[in-house]
Amino acid sequence: MNIYGVSLLAFCFLFGKITGTFIGSLIGLSGDIGGVGFSMFLLVFINSYLKKKNINISKSKNGILFWSTMYIPIVVAMSASQNVKAALLGGWLAITVGVIVTIIAFMLVPLISRIGKKDLNNKIK
Amino acid sequence: MIEKIIGANGLVFAFFIVGVIMYLSYLFSKKILNNIIPGAAIAIIIALFLAFLGEEKGVANLPYMGGVAVLGGSMLRDFSVVATAMGVDVSKIKQAGFSGILSLFIGVSFSFFLGVVIALFMGYSDPISLTTIGAGACTYIVGPVTGSALGASSEIIALSVATGVIKVIVTSIFTPLIASRIGLNNPNSAMIFGGLIGTTSGVAAGLAATDEKLVPYGTLTATFYTGLGCLICPSLFYFLIDLFFS
Repeated sequence: MNIYGVSLLAFCFLFGKITGTFIGSLIGLSGDIGGVGFSMFLLVFINSYLKKKNINISKSKNGILFWSTMYIPIVVAMSASQNVKAALLGGWLAITVGVIVTIIAFMLVPLISRIGKKDLNNKIK
Repeated sequence: MIEKIIGANGLVFAFFIVGVIMYLSYLFSKKILNNIIPGAAIAIIIALFLAFLGEEKGVANLPYMGGVAVLGGSMLRDFSVVATAMGVDVSKIKQAGFSGILSLFIGVSFSFFLGVVIALFMGYSDPISLTTIGAGACTYIVGPVTGSALGASSEIIALSVATGVIKVIVTSIFTPLIASRIGLNNPNSAMIFGGLIGTTSGVAAGLAATDEKLVPYGTLTATFYTGLGCLICPSLFYFLIDLFFS
């Protein structure tokens, strides 16, 4: 049933939020420190565990897949409900960071590819 | 009467409105831009423009539109972002190999810290804003997830989304133009490319315009990027930034 998947997703989500907030308070930072990341890794872990054990969850999975296809529309709704008027002054920052980061990422591709080739060559040897 | 009905069913009305925005954006992307810029990026740009019509809560300040803020609130957003982890296949990370994994870590770290440095130069100085803008330099998901986890202001979150969207647009347009110069013509470099850029919609659009066969290799590493970013930006990286700038 779909709800089993949604419930599993909810468990991972809450587990991550609690872990993140707990770690935050441990190191003296307020807020949720990496909660969404923890949740995602827990979900990945549980998913691959069930797959390894050959437990069929394809029907429950639909409940999770539905929410994963909703993330772009939700991000659109989120963007539409931000304080964009106040952000306009910083518009140049967004453009500068976005452009520079992407161009440098392009330039790093051949550098790291070289490492990849060495890696491949070593495997062949 | 209509006002009353919509007022009482704001979230459902938001589903309808966002669906219409998405439909028009994807149609525009496909028919007019020939898929050069992904529909998702156009939908977010339209959303940011619409938010401009309202005040501190964007369109949610306008009549009928309160439900948009509910749909786009941090709870449902984080819930759906976590759900995307279902598409991650651990056995595939082995295919990416050492260089693929290395590119992921380098991609997230350099995007973040470069974003922070540029933000510093442009006058931002509090650790939460710096971290949120750095996270936005990763992807338009990592930015707002990090920002709301740390309690950043709405305009900083909007900036981080805009930064991530610029990255998608630059990637989509320039990848096919620059591909031959950076050796982007084989599965290995496509995986590295996906790990370095990380924004899945941009990587998919850019590689599709370069060579359709490279798309699955690029998105293979890119799907790990958002999870990694959501894990280390608000934790380790925020801790470091807080150490230096508070």
